[in-house]
Amino acid sequence: MNEEVIAILVLWTFIFIYSIFGSIDFGAGFWAMVYHEHRTSAGKIANRFLSPTWELTNVFLVLLVVAFVGFFPKGAFTLGTVLLIPVSLILFLLAVRSAFMVFSYSVQGYRKTMFFISGICGVLIPALLITVLPVSQGGFISGFNGRDVLLIGKLFTSPSLYMYILFGLTSELFLSSLFLADYSKVSKQEGAYRLYRGNALLLGPLTLIAAVVTLMFLQPEANWLIDNLYDQRMWFILSFLAFLVGYTSLWMRNSDMDTAGKPRLALLAIVAQYGFASYGYGMAHLPYIVYPGLTIYDAFTAKETFYSLMIMYAVGLAILTPGFYVFWRLFLKDKRYLQQE
Amino acid sequence: MDTVVLARAFFGTSLAFHIIFATLGVGIPLMIVIAEILHQVKNDNDYAIMAKRWTKAFAVLLGVAIPSGTIVGVQLSLLWPGFMEIVGKVISLPFQIELFAFFIEALFMSIYVYAADRLPKFFRIISVILVAFGAVASAILITAVNTWMNTPDGFKITKDGTIFDVNPWDAFFNPSFISSAFHVSVTAYMTGAFAVASVGAYRLLRGKLSKNESMYHKKGFLLAMIVGLVFSLISSFSGHHSAQILHEHSPEKLAAAEGLFETQRYAPLSIGGFTDPKTEEVKYGIEIPWMLSWLAAGKFDTKVKGLYEFPRETWPPFYVHTLFNVMVGIGFLLLGLAAVALFFWWYYSKRKMRPYPRWLLFLLIFSGPMSMLGIEFGWIFSCSGRQPWTIYRVQTTAEAATQSQNLAPLFLLFIGLYVMLGVLTILILTSYFKRNPVSKEFEKYSGY
Repeated sequence: MNEEVIAILVLWTFIFIYSIFGSIDFGAGFWAMVYHEHRTSAGKIANRFLSPTWELTNVFLVLLVVAFVGFFPKGAFTLGTVLLIPVSLILFLLAVRSAFMVFSYSVQGYRKTMFFISGICGVLIPALLITVLPVSQGGFISGFNGRDVLLIGKLFTSPSLYMYILFGLTSELFLSSLFLADYSKVSKQEGAYRLYRGNALLLGPLTLIAAVVTLMFLQPEANWLIDNLYDQRMWFILSFLAFLVGYTSLWMRNSDMDTAGKPRLALLAIVAQYGFASYGYGMAHLPYIVYPGLTIYDAFTAKETFYSLMIMYAVGLAILTPGFYVFWRLFLKDKRYLQQE
Repeated sequence: MDTVVLARAFFGTSLAFHIIFATLGVGIPLMIVIAEILHQVKNDNDYAIMAKRWTKAFAVLLGVAIPSGTIVGVQLSLLWPGFMEIVGKVISLPFQIELFAFFIEALFMSIYVYAADRLPKFFRIISVILVAFGAVASAILITAVNTWMNTPDGFKITKDGTIFDVNPWDAFFNPSFISSAFHVSVTAYMTGAFAVASVGAYRLLRGKLSKNESMYHKKGFLLAMIVGLVFSLISSFSGHHSAQILHEHSPEKLAAAEGLFETQRYAPLSIGGFTDPKTEEVKYGIEIPWMLSWLAAGKFDTKVKGLYEFPRETWPPFYVHTLFNVMVGIGFLLLGLAAVALFFWWYYSKRKMRPYPRWLLFLLIFSGPMSMLGIEFGWIFSCSGRQPWTIYRVQTTAEAATQSQNLAPLFLLFIGLYVMLGVLTILILTSYFKRNPVSKEFEKYSGY
């Protein structure tokens, strides 16, 4: 493996991790809005998870951008130029959402507004984030007077974009339901658990349908990708198997509650499902960052910078791991936090 | 406006907004750490209350600091893609390490805020120290990138822009890094202290305080004055050192800051006034003979380069003279105010009298906003003084800017966002502290 491939592997891993955590984060915001004042504790549970974690998830998003600039500066140049408008909108929504999240904990009067804003942003931000995928597959950028321009009209009238958004949103809600089902179970809230489990059962098959439909609606410029995806079919078969394991485990008997299901196992299997699929997709996408103009080889950083970045990632990970462990113990495991009224 | 000017205005506005929250985000955690430690050492609950209330304010400010920082970080790629392409190759290291610092801050902030009651005392103090550490480390690392723009190092570039011979660590530890990073940190501590002092001065001046409340505010105010004095003193020395770095590495910036046109030994220091573009001299300023030469390198016969030494198209704008003067002026004013306040405290409290005269408290209400203004002027000075370059003598601002045409509506959208967030922050803070006055806190602690 050469440096470029290692760099894209690391970056793609970050993207994968963020897509999981981001889905759970934004999804929890959405469910907190939907189940605000619901008779079960479903809304409360979503919020209890969100309060201490959203800042970390947000930091991870910045990490993605920084890693991208560091590993593939030319890619940052191209995407920075092309995605000015969608990314600016994402930033705008993120700022509004984060501010209201914090404000609502200081002033009770803002609670309702906050649930609403955070819930709506929880749908809009992921929808805008996923526009990067169709753009990277080709057909939406034109060279114009020697500079790249996003064909924003073509993008926003393309069925491919909306299929991606549909796939993105069903996945977001599926993953966050599963996660919150597990979180409810650890918190011993059977009502909330039943609700989130039900959502997951409904959304699971929908994500598969959305994925297939998205492939069918790919823009004609992305035909190169279809062939490559077919070559990577082993990954997608594995992904489907992981889905079967995850989905069926929602019916397995569980010792703590009357409602069936092993949500922890389901969550892990579904994360694996998305993991296999995203590596398959990522491999099929190579060597292009943006088709057809930009490959990982054109965009790569200076070798010296690459090596020092890699070393610092290792050091940073070593320093942060104990911190994450403590954090996990306090907010995802500690019964005093989970089972408070 | 053309795209470059628009991009500068846009990015400048984002930074000017973010820097308020970022600076307080470095300064206030230090105050919290000091209060937490004093609480343990003196076993005085007032300090625990201070830590708690400052944490509340800090959490709200952080709620704006994080998204506005995210905006600034991502906007770099959106508005300055040409710049970020070089940054990615040469100086992405501090950006990346900054993320780890940011992670530490966010992790332990959540732990300190949401899990404090489940933690042993010792771990709580460690958490808040790590929050403060993460905050200042972020500031230092980001400053590394800014100093590299002023004094680029660690790479070579060919005429057609190909970069080679990259050494990321040399880029990181570029010539002005240590001096500027130090200046940024101590001025942030100074600003955090004066922000606390402003609130304290206001409460003490308004009066109508119970004995407990009065004691509480006096303690907080005194603490802020001591920290403020210490850090404004250090700031003045570190600022002086930064100016010497300018003399060595960015002579045209120093020349523009001082309105110096002719290269000379025994150069005078001009204070105040403005640089007249027609006559090319400083008008209405006070000149102190020989002083600039002495300040630049410690000797009166130091040769200080004037602007005529450099091609006219690379001169920084003349208004940086004013920016520089305001920054330095505010620094000395605050240093003086803090010294006077502490003198009064020392003199009167020995005689069991009311320590602070009303006029002084009134002036000190403005110390926090003024300190913040000094920070703003300093940053604008640092960045406009580098013009026309984005990376000094490597890349011009025009080369770095985006070529997208639709900046204006986005700019307006973000101005609206900043106004909204600014107003909301003030409303939230005032309404929270109005509903939760200190007197309420005493009740909670009376059981101890």
